[in-house]
Amino acid sequence: MMVTKRQFNKLLLSAGAICFADLSFGSTRAYGQTRGGTLNAVLQPEPPMLNIAVNQQTPTQTIAGKIFLSLLTYDFDLKPLPSLAKSWSISADGKTYTFKLEQNVKWHDGQPLTADDVVYTVTEFLPVTNPRAKAIFARCESVTAPDPHTVVFKLKQPFAAFLGAFDIATLPVMPKHIYAGTDLQKNPANFKPIGSGPYKFKEWVRGSHIHLVRNEDYFKPGKPYLDAIIYRIVPDGASRAVAIEEGQVQLTQWTDLELFDAQRLAKNPKFVMTTKGYEYFAPIMYLEMNVRSAPLNDKRFRYAISHAIDREFVRDKILYGFGKVATGPISSKTRFYDGNVRKFDYSIAKATALLDEMGLKPDSEGVRARLKLPVAPYGEMPARACEYIRQSLAKIGIAVTLETSDAAGWAQKIANWDYDLNLTWPFQYGDPAIGVTRLYVSSNIHKVLFSNTIGYSNPEVDRLADAAAAEMDEGKRQALYSQMQKILVEDSPIAWLVEMEFPTIYDKRLQNVVTTGIGIHESFDEVYFKG
Amino acid sequence: MTNWSDKTLLSVAMLKPVLARVAKMVGVIIAVAIFNFFLVHAAPGDPALVIAGQAGATDEAYMARVRAAYGLDQPLTTQLTGYLRKVVTLDLGYSYRQQRPVAEVIAERLGPTILLTGTAFIISLVGGIVLGGLAGVRAGKFSDTVITVLSLVVYATPVFWLGIMLVLLFAVQLEWLPPFGYQTVGADLAGWALWLDRGRYLLLPAATLGLLYLAIYARLMRASIIEVSHQDFVKTARAKGAGRSRVLWRHMLRNALLPVVTMAGVQAGTLIGGSVVIETIFAWPGLGRLTYEAVLQRDYQLLLGIFLVMSIVVAIFNLVTDLLYRVVDPRIRSV
Repeated sequence: MMVTKRQFNKLLLSAGAICFADLSFGSTRAYGQTRGGTLNAVLQPEPPMLNIAVNQQTPTQTIAGKIFLSLLTYDFDLKPLPSLAKSWSISADGKTYTFKLEQNVKWHDGQPLTADDVVYTVTEFLPVTNPRAKAIFARCESVTAPDPHTVVFKLKQPFAAFLGAFDIATLPVMPKHIYAGTDLQKNPANFKPIGSGPYKFKEWVRGSHIHLVRNEDYFKPGKPYLDAIIYRIVPDGASRAVAIEEGQVQLTQWTDLELFDAQRLAKNPKFVMTTKGYEYFAPIMYLEMNVRSAPLNDKRFRYAISHAIDREFVRDKILYGFGKVATGPISSKTRFYDGNVRKFDYSIAKATALLDEMGLKPDSEGVRARLKLPVAPYGEMPARACEYIRQSLAKIGIAVTLETSDAAGWAQKIANWDYDLNLTWPFQYGDPAIGVTRLYVSSNIHKVLFSNTIGYSNPEVDRLADAAAAEMDEGKRQALYSQMQKILVEDSPIAWLVEMEFPTIYDKRLQNVVTTGIGIHESFDEVYFKG
Repeated sequence: MTNWSDKTLLSVAMLKPVLARVAKMVGVIIAVAIFNFFLVHAAPGDPALVIAGQAGATDEAYMARVRAAYGLDQPLTTQLTGYLRKVVTLDLGYSYRQQRPVAEVIAERLGPTILLTGTAFIISLVGGIVLGGLAGVRAGKFSDTVITVLSLVVYATPVFWLGIMLVLLFAVQLEWLPPFGYQTVGADLAGWALWLDRGRYLLLPAATLGLLYLAIYARLMRASIIEVSHQDFVKTARAKGAGRSRVLWRHMLRNALLPVVTMAGVQAGTLIGGSVVIETIFAWPGLGRLTYEAVLQRDYQLLLGIFLVMSIVVAIFNLVTDLLYRVVDPRIRSV
């Protein structure tokens, strides 16, 4: 349902009436200008459940951000901001983190939220359901609640990225009284979530929509401003473009719109388009190379591939300009980026010369090497990018076979190291120690996704990654990561292509949509419609 | 030609072949269930990998736990016998992806699916017979040309394109109908208002889906009417002085309907499967999309459940079609 001007004015009137009741706060702020209204937004694909502690898909996170609370959130520069934790302190040795929680926070069923819920989530819930959080919090020696509004994390070793792990996807605080002693995967609350955030779950009609309504008992007085948020599940890209253009929805994010539609809508004065709000994720689209066998185990061969791909073409023609040419493993949108590394300009001549130097002669068909590239089955964009890579590499005599399958088939090939090249774009999660080094350190060579599946191993990189993770001084940490980036680009086990950008498009009446580095996954407790 | 009313459909003589057919049907369904089981498991990749791919991080212990939860750590034969034991007791299993019983998951999609495909079925059948009949009777005339050309165009048009064009015309340009959805969200309608609202949402997807089949039925019906009109019994009827309408209604139509009934029987069996394309374009919460998602997520139990329900429905509709033949064309009864 779209709010018409008249309905909206009516809502403002009723909101004005509520205002009088709120005068006791002594606030001069006119709530009447901001309260009320229903936001309709696109959600796709439909998540299997609504609990971000159990399911890590981005749509789940979009919903969970409104329903649940995390201790912290992060600004565009990925500096921590208060959320459920109003303040925090770190001990001088970098091993003890103390968080003070907001008072008067209640679960949607009326029970009080206490430090006990946080301890329960970290020690009993996440280790079972979220491998990424498990790996981070396994660094804790103890997690305790000295009083109902204080949580203390004691680390075994200093971990410089630790303060980056308190976002809604990593540590969403779960209600202990609902989950303790139950099967966490099967608990009915995963489908009718009971959180503590600004919006409450009302209804989920599968295949159609998810309806959230204002939490009247939210701990921030007068907030949230919206009466309700309805997430519409619209599986077709063309229909999503019609939906926002015609006003059935007022907000789209991530890959909801085809990039050419986004490019077009960005020019429409009815909408605001921004690419901010993805800093916490900041994926780099890259071509990784399984370095275990010849010829990919030869640095010169990998250089040749890197020289043969025109990164600007990929950004401009395949990503419709949404992105920035990447120079190395850490995104410039996140922290500790250093662009002072070996450069790979687009040059077929240099690439061919490198292959000649290796002694890789073209056979009777003009082919110097044959490689397998399983195509990531996530829509048109990766398919087009893989086609482009095949054509580019053909120019230097490398014959690439594209292998198509669905998500499960693709994941199986990658996890089992059964590939030569792979185009992918993992999230960086705000800190190299969490989202980047996992892909390169030799201790993380495993037969699972998002590990070092390429089999890259360099003791110096391992040492730098460990040292940087434990280094509490930001300046020294930067120096370690700069060194690591230099070595990684020198070795080039991966051809880093483009730092991806995603369009968030919304109705221009909508305010405060993207205010932090996690963007539309925020709680939306300050989002409102301007009259 | 005999009257419809003077033969009872379920006379004892008819019951025996029907029972034989039902017995065969059960056998076929079980064979299909076993075949489906191996088909589904033959696809590379397992649910743990899909979940890991969406999670952005994973570890071996987590993968093992997911596989154990799905029963994927058991040998395939154990999984098969477990599955068959459930099928026999009509237990459809448990969707590990959605963490709910499969029967419940399917049931909530069944209503919207049948509403959509049923409406489209009626539109296509009625429209196809009427237009095709008209074209056949007036073969070679202007109205025949118009109907034939239009049905050819519709038949040759990809259904997703047709859907998008109808949305652009009726929802975007004219703003008569909503572009997608199943009903107005958050309106809390009830009774007639609710059904009227749903009707508005139903019209575009049902028309899009119906048009394709309408074109097929119209072409079938036209060809069939033309063929029948040259047969001896029609000539005889005309010779004995029967009027145009009597020849058409009493003699030609019933005979001409046979191929349409065959086609409709096949289509009716697939009604329950919904339509992935239409449901996707119009964001319709039907079984087609559910099936597609279940395949991508390797939700084996859900997938097998959907397949089983579909195979049962197809078998039942085949039976019904066979019985209908006997009503439409009495000669088939002796076969």
